[in-house]
Amino acid sequence: MKKVFSRPRSLKDVPFHYCPGCTHGVAHRLVAEVIDELGIQDNVIGNAPVGCAVFTMDYFDFDMISAAHGRAPAVATGVKRVLPDRVVFTYQGDGDLAAIGTGEFVHAAVRGEKITCIFINNAVYGMTGGQMAPTTLLGQKTKTTPYGRDSEVNGYPIKVCEMLTPLDGAAYVARVAVHSPKAIIQAKKAIKKAFQVQINGLGFSLVEILSTCPTNWGLTPLEAVKWLDENMIPYFPLGEYKVPPAGVI
Amino acid sequence: MSKILMKGNEAIGEGAVRAGCRYFFGYPITPQSELTHYLAKRLPEVGGLFLQAESEVASINMVYGAAAAGARVMTSSSGPGISLMQEGLSFLAGSELPSVVVNLMRGGPGLGNIAPSQSDYFQAAKGGGHGDYHMIVLAPNTVQEMLDTMGNAFDLADKYRNPVMVMADGVMGQMMEPVDLGGDVRVEIPPKSWATTGMAHHAGKNVINSCLVIPEEMEELNLKLEKKYKEISQKEQVCDEYMLEGADIVLVAFGLVSRICMSAVEKARAMGIKAGLIRPVTLWPFPAGFIGKTADKTRAYLTVEMNMGQMIEDVKLAVCGRAPVYHYGRLGGMVPDVRDVLAEIKNLHEGDAGR
Repeated sequence: MKKVFSRPRSLKDVPFHYCPGCTHGVAHRLVAEVIDELGIQDNVIGNAPVGCAVFTMDYFDFDMISAAHGRAPAVATGVKRVLPDRVVFTYQGDGDLAAIGTGEFVHAAVRGEKITCIFINNAVYGMTGGQMAPTTLLGQKTKTTPYGRDSEVNGYPIKVCEMLTPLDGAAYVARVAVHSPKAIIQAKKAIKKAFQVQINGLGFSLVEILSTCPTNWGLTPLEAVKWLDENMIPYFPLGEYKVPPAGVI
Repeated sequence: MSKILMKGNEAIGEGAVRAGCRYFFGYPITPQSELTHYLAKRLPEVGGLFLQAESEVASINMVYGAAAAGARVMTSSSGPGISLMQEGLSFLAGSELPSVVVNLMRGGPGLGNIAPSQSDYFQAAKGGGHGDYHMIVLAPNTVQEMLDTMGNAFDLADKYRNPVMVMADGVMGQMMEPVDLGGDVRVEIPPKSWATTGMAHHAGKNVINSCLVIPEEMEELNLKLEKKYKEISQKEQVCDEYMLEGADIVLVAFGLVSRICMSAVEKARAMGIKAGLIRPVTLWPFPAGFIGKTADKTRAYLTVEMNMGQMIEDVKLAVCGRAPVYHYGRLGGMVPDVRDVLAEIKNLHEGDAGR
């Protein structure tokens, strides 16, 4: 019989530590599939964040660097400037990238740094136990917004893709989700495009992936998927926010 | 080779280039500006990269990435900027990444000023960042040595896979002295099979990491680091001595202050006072071995520092109660005057019961 589905080579055969219903695993798999398809497993260097994805270095089967909280785009900059012919990416959560690491990802984009950021937005701090993230929605209850996020106290959720769009150094910016088979197929296309943009030397690329965190949202996996669809997507519209001119990738 | 006149900041830059450093990531701060100006011009001439980062936090993490990729890489800063780098320094130590960080110390705490100081001694020699770790800390005292020490700094960093800090101060960065650039430069950078350069470029998968959630594994890393630090401590203590022969009053000073103390010691000797000087060249590992050996012949030690008394703690540990250790310091960007140091020596010589 012909084998039609298998684990990507770039993903190790070890169980994920992620909670049931968490979509980190889907995002990992998509990144690994894209790396396999582009044939870059031996020339890619990944940068792991601080947060739930801190263990990505154990899951991806290629060179990995563990970065300080929020600093992965700066670390990736150092790697890419020394090894410009390698493919360098970061995998970061919303607290890592959009709160403590705001300076690093914005200025990596400003410099047109030829790196790719895979940005997991699940509207909450997962690893530390469900605190408010910069992307937590208004009214959303978390451990540090027990009455719901109030704009008077905590301001508004940060829109990373929209922020990056006007920056000349940002070559590809897209927001996708992984809550349905259709969305997952589109997410993979965006991730592949982001890596191709880097390989073609066009500049900075970022893919924001709307993800679920059933544990910290206090929902079942199914409810979480529905919550993402009904609450996150209206505030964080999906789509390609910035694409290179036609024909360059 | 004839000598040329160079600023300390420029000498550090040229020393780094001659040591094979091709990457500099940094953020503007006085009084180390000329170092960045020099390298911004110089590095592209040798095919290197000077990159101005958005902050010192980003700079040190770019250093982390470049070091992980196997490059000889450095950054430089002063006071507040070095404080911002402390998290990164801890990560460099934990992940065992060779790198060189220059601190041209300025007056503090807080924003302080841009005048010379030695008040970052504790921060450099005792840690600064979180966790159990050490940096190797080198303290040159001439512009020539600022040039020469860079090769040593990069070699030590690579040899021990450890961050190295070169400490000087605002005056040393700004002052000009004749420098002999030496002959042809031949740099041998050791192979770095551990570097994350992509699996096509080394055997297996490489990981640069300081995150070990299982305490047994973290302790194992700590023990490995401890063993390394012990080896460094045994092998790499360096100090200079000046007029130490027969000295019963021994000054201990590093960097710029050691130069002032040399003058004070000469003047004291001319007055018939048996004064001498020990200059720690490595602040970590501290040359406790050498200083300890002088304790039984010394009536009193005097540390002279541009701080409230920081290195004095290490001198006391080295002397271990066998002789009194005193401190004379100027603060806030003030530089000790030779006459004042001489007065301190005279006080000690004349019995000094009141101290």
